[in-house]
Amino acid sequence: MLFNLLPRASIAIAAMVSLLAFPPGTTSILAGELQGEQGEAPPQPVKPEHPPARSTNSTADHSKFDALKGPFANGSEVTKACLTCHNEAGHQFMKSIHWTLEYKNQKTGQTLGKHNLVNNFCTNARGNEGMCAMCHASYNWTSANFDFKNQQNIDCLVCHEQTGTYYKVPPTRGNAACSIMFEGLQPIDWMKVAQSVGRPERANCGTCHFNGGGGDGVKHGDLDSSLINPPRELDVHMASKGLNFACSQCHLSKQHIITGSRYDINAKDTEGTGKPGLRRDVATCESCHGGAPHPKTELIGIKLNGHINKVACQTCHIPALARGGVATIVDWDWREAGKVKDGAGFSEENYVQGNGEHRHTYRSIKGSFTYGETWPAKGRTLLPYYAWFDGQMRYTTIDNKFDPAKQPIPINAFSGSYDDPKSRIWPFKRMHTVQPYDKGNNTLVYMHLWGEDKDAYWGNYDFGRAIEVGMKENGKPYSSNTASSKPIPIGRRRTWLLRKSRRSLAANAMPRTDGWRPLRVSTCLGATISNGSIWLAICCLQAHLRA
Amino acid sequence: MTDETVLTQYLEPEPQRVFKRDVMIYSRYERFWHWSQAALIFTLFFSGLGLHGAHGLLSFRMAVTVHSFAAIALIVLWVFTTFWNFTTGQWKQYLFKKGIWPVIRFYAWGILKGEPHPYKKSLQRKQNALQSLAYMSFMVIVGPALWSTGIVYLLYDLWSHYSWAGDALTITAFVHTAAAFVMAAFVIIHVYMTTTGKTVFHYIRTMITGYDKIELSEVEEAYLAQTKMVPMK
Repeated sequence: MLFNLLPRASIAIAAMVSLLAFPPGTTSILAGELQGEQGEAPPQPVKPEHPPARSTNSTADHSKFDALKGPFANGSEVTKACLTCHNEAGHQFMKSIHWTLEYKNQKTGQTLGKHNLVNNFCTNARGNEGMCAMCHASYNWTSANFDFKNQQNIDCLVCHEQTGTYYKVPPTRGNAACSIMFEGLQPIDWMKVAQSVGRPERANCGTCHFNGGGGDGVKHGDLDSSLINPPRELDVHMASKGLNFACSQCHLSKQHIITGSRYDINAKDTEGTGKPGLRRDVATCESCHGGAPHPKTELIGIKLNGHINKVACQTCHIPALARGGVATIVDWDWREAGKVKDGAGFSEENYVQGNGEHRHTYRSIKGSFTYGETWPAKGRTLLPYYAWFDGQMRYTTIDNKFDPAKQPIPINAFSGSYDDPKSRIWPFKRMHTVQPYDKGNNTLVYMHLWGEDKDAYWGNYDFGRAIEVGMKENGKPYSSNTASSKPIPIGRRRTWLLRKSRRSLAANAMPRTDGWRPLRVSTCLGATISNGSIWLAICCLQAHLRA
Repeated sequence: MTDETVLTQYLEPEPQRVFKRDVMIYSRYERFWHWSQAALIFTLFFSGLGLHGAHGLLSFRMAVTVHSFAAIALIVLWVFTTFWNFTTGQWKQYLFKKGIWPVIRFYAWGILKGEPHPYKKSLQRKQNALQSLAYMSFMVIVGPALWSTGIVYLLYDLWSHYSWAGDALTITAFVHTAAAFVMAAFVIIHVYMTTTGKTVFHYIRTMITGYDKIELSEVEEAYLAQTKMVPMK
């Protein structure tokens, strides 16, 4: 479904940008702008091929159920049919964070989840659900009054349908100029998608998790469309001609509650495999590979196992990010947003990523972007940042005041230290953004980006109004005094194992270190692992991580 | 003739005849020990430098393997040699001797002016005072600092769960590396010293063949010839 959606979506969104500043009715200019955008883009982005179908374990053929013969007018009717047999599924799913988008961290007392957090991509889903709820497994989230108790609002299909023809569109139309956004898509054959249901495949999860932040691979650096049909060199577990794991092979679930939350992380799993079949509570490497995965009969294996108490598996086995030909955004400058050409918003695509696709380097609605990826043919490398991590994320939420003098502000920071036995060295993707904050209250802000009204930023390019409305609608104090800050969130952990991992480490240059502690551990670890010095590594760990 | 003269006559030793003979002063085991130890130390130093990042001639994996197994081999060799030293009584060679200053003065100064070496090698006294001191510190300070920290490091898994493990690892690595550089200094000086014999390769040849020219008294010479306690040419 994703690859059906994506190329169209990217063109459509590009068009939307160019349209935004136009008053409705100037369609002729519009069309010209559209063509211009298409002309700059490569002929056809590389589409990932569909992986081979998985043999199903199911004892039921859903195409034979009377309940699924339809006809269905919409998704809610399909959900109603699903629930006639799966009569507990709705209740179960409503407890899941996929539904609530809310997480109460018992240790820090913070209320987290996408419903509350401010991030440094499109900043806030809250108040923009008319667009952002496209990635909520629901129907009808058109306003703040979404009914969380109505089971028919659940979207079963986005996770379970297997035809690849299902897609989601924003729940509301947004700015008038955005009405063409999903034009030209084939109408959904509800009966066909309903009868295709099965366990979630990579493409199902990828619908949202590959496209967070507004595009393919934007957020995570290794969660992108290249994982739909990955070669073994990209991902040893999900290689479609190899183990061909679905995400749920590791992210086990119990009654629709899926393991591996980023809010509650097990940074050092000492329990290992547990008794056969018993561990369904974690998505750690250790839960399958055990606490000493390297061969215990070899000296090298024994020495490698000695690292496990201080070094996370991912630190060595994921030495570089965005390796699949899809780049990730590493820097975003909201200050650049709002420029217009001939009265219209516009976009630029000056980055050609590994797989040949052009990526936006500027969009009037969002500002300018810098990409990073690991693509040796173009001499590009994106190394992770390394830091001690105890599993505890520490967010700067909308309610937390910060000291603007201490920029950059970590938005999703974490704790951990050298001498903490629960901490290990983990790799992180660092995302750096210049985004607005409330200069009077020294807090982050909710922005009203999406809407059909005049205050939506994606329409009027007025930060002041967008923030004022965004804060007011969500009951947050606002001093009407906005400035750009430089927040940095740290903490998108990688959990994909890669093969042929070590080679790229040795020769790599240092990543940028501005604003953050100069973690030169990457160099040290690279040297240690491939061709260098234990002593150097120890010095580095001491000097740079203990501080 | 006074009593005194008579006494002096008796007390004064007869002028002894001196025999210069090629005697095996380094037994087969000593030479085996010396040269295998030398090979292992060079292997360890080379692979250790690789681990340290000084060169990239070995992969890290290979360097770890070579370094660990060479270390285990050297430890086994030292265990045997310690046993050998005590059972043969050779350990006494390493005890502190008087007359260290003349030797130091010789190597610092005298050697440049062609002065004779202040020490005479004999069968019971193979090493000069400086050598004894150097070898002794090698065996009781530098060597143990290396193998003890090396073993502690190899057994990291047994103590890695303690909270002090990180600091301990740092200290262990530091001591190990520092001792390795002391060892390197020893090796450099040692190799230089071997070239200060009658000819550049005299001492090295002695260490290979085991034979050196030693002054023997008539009695000693006869005794060795008779008993073949020590091979003599």
